[in-house]
Amino acid sequence: MTVAGGTQVLVILPAWNEEEALPGVLDELHAALPDADFLVVNDGSTDRTATVARRGRTKVLDLPLNLGVGGAMRAGYKFAARAGYDVAIQLDADGQHDPADVEQIVAALQTEGANVVIGARFAGEGVYKVRGPRRWAMRVLSSTLSLVTKTRLTDTTSGFKACDRRAIAVFAADYPAEYLGDTIEALVIASRAGLVVRQVPVHMRPRAGGTASHNPFKAALFLSQAVFALAIALSRPRRAAEGVTL
Amino acid sequence: MSGYYFALACCIGLVFFLVVLLRRQRMREKYALMWIVVSVTVCILGAFPGVVGDIARTVGVETPSNLLFALALLVLLGVSIQLSVEITELEEESRTLTEEVALLRYDVEQLAAVMVPHPGDGE
Repeated sequence: MTVAGGTQVLVILPAWNEEEALPGVLDELHAALPDADFLVVNDGSTDRTATVARRGRTKVLDLPLNLGVGGAMRAGYKFAARAGYDVAIQLDADGQHDPADVEQIVAALQTEGANVVIGARFAGEGVYKVRGPRRWAMRVLSSTLSLVTKTRLTDTTSGFKACDRRAIAVFAADYPAEYLGDTIEALVIASRAGLVVRQVPVHMRPRAGGTASHNPFKAALFLSQAVFALAIALSRPRRAAEGVTL
Repeated sequence: MSGYYFALACCIGLVFFLVVLLRRQRMREKYALMWIVVSVTVCILGAFPGVVGDIARTVGVETPSNLLFALALLVLLGVSIQLSVEITELEEESRTLTEEVALLRYDVEQLAAVMVPHPGDGE
């Protein structure tokens, strides 16, 4: 990366059955980020994800079981912590996140003095739109988490994040495996560990494969799960953040 | 009165079964202990049915059998919750092991890639 001389950057892509989209996403990332290392965490895929991930300079962490996005990410952060990377960037393997935004997010770690930087949709960039209950849910989450992290956050369920060494150490020890925990609760864990969280606007592209559901029942389920996850995360007793063993 | 003998027989059978499971190491003591305590308690109640009536009068439950049902539900609830807690611990343990296996697998692949194959090791 060109951000600072000698900064070791690891891009982590959790992938579960992404054999179709992954090669294209990896090729694009390799071209856009010539100095970064790439780690695909194959989350117990039943297709050829692990095989197609082995291209270019990609490292592959092959989980023998499916742990969910949060589980794959903790494995990825453990890898980053043990290998001593300075910055870890989390990206979706389906190609929704534009590699062109990576540099800006990593730069924000320094310019904003942040430990965690979220690449946020609806922050003025792009055309990503969500309506109805899902949008209200995201508003409730954003306003609550903005209070918790003491900064204005608009997109708390974004899977596009950059972490510095301190944040890597925290997430390597404690990253929620639960559905939605990987985004919402992770922010609560970060702010309770005394990490500074900031967001930068990014634009979101359509998925390279598959479709997002717009089912009202699923939206309601999403809302209740999200609020529940947040309430539990906030009521959890504080743990000592420093001095965690890997 | 014969219903009590039936219950007593069931409980003795259950205790026997639990001891067999324990001896064959099919169940660990920490889980079996609770079941044995429950079985022995039910055995005592089966042997001395008057005790239930006395306890029911003391706590203000009109029908002694209802007291038994309520207690049985509570015990089963407690056991289910305990099992959920144990499963959560197991999931966290298997998650950590999964991560560790993946990290070790990565290291092995890296090492294998730099190792020079010995002559005579096959193709």
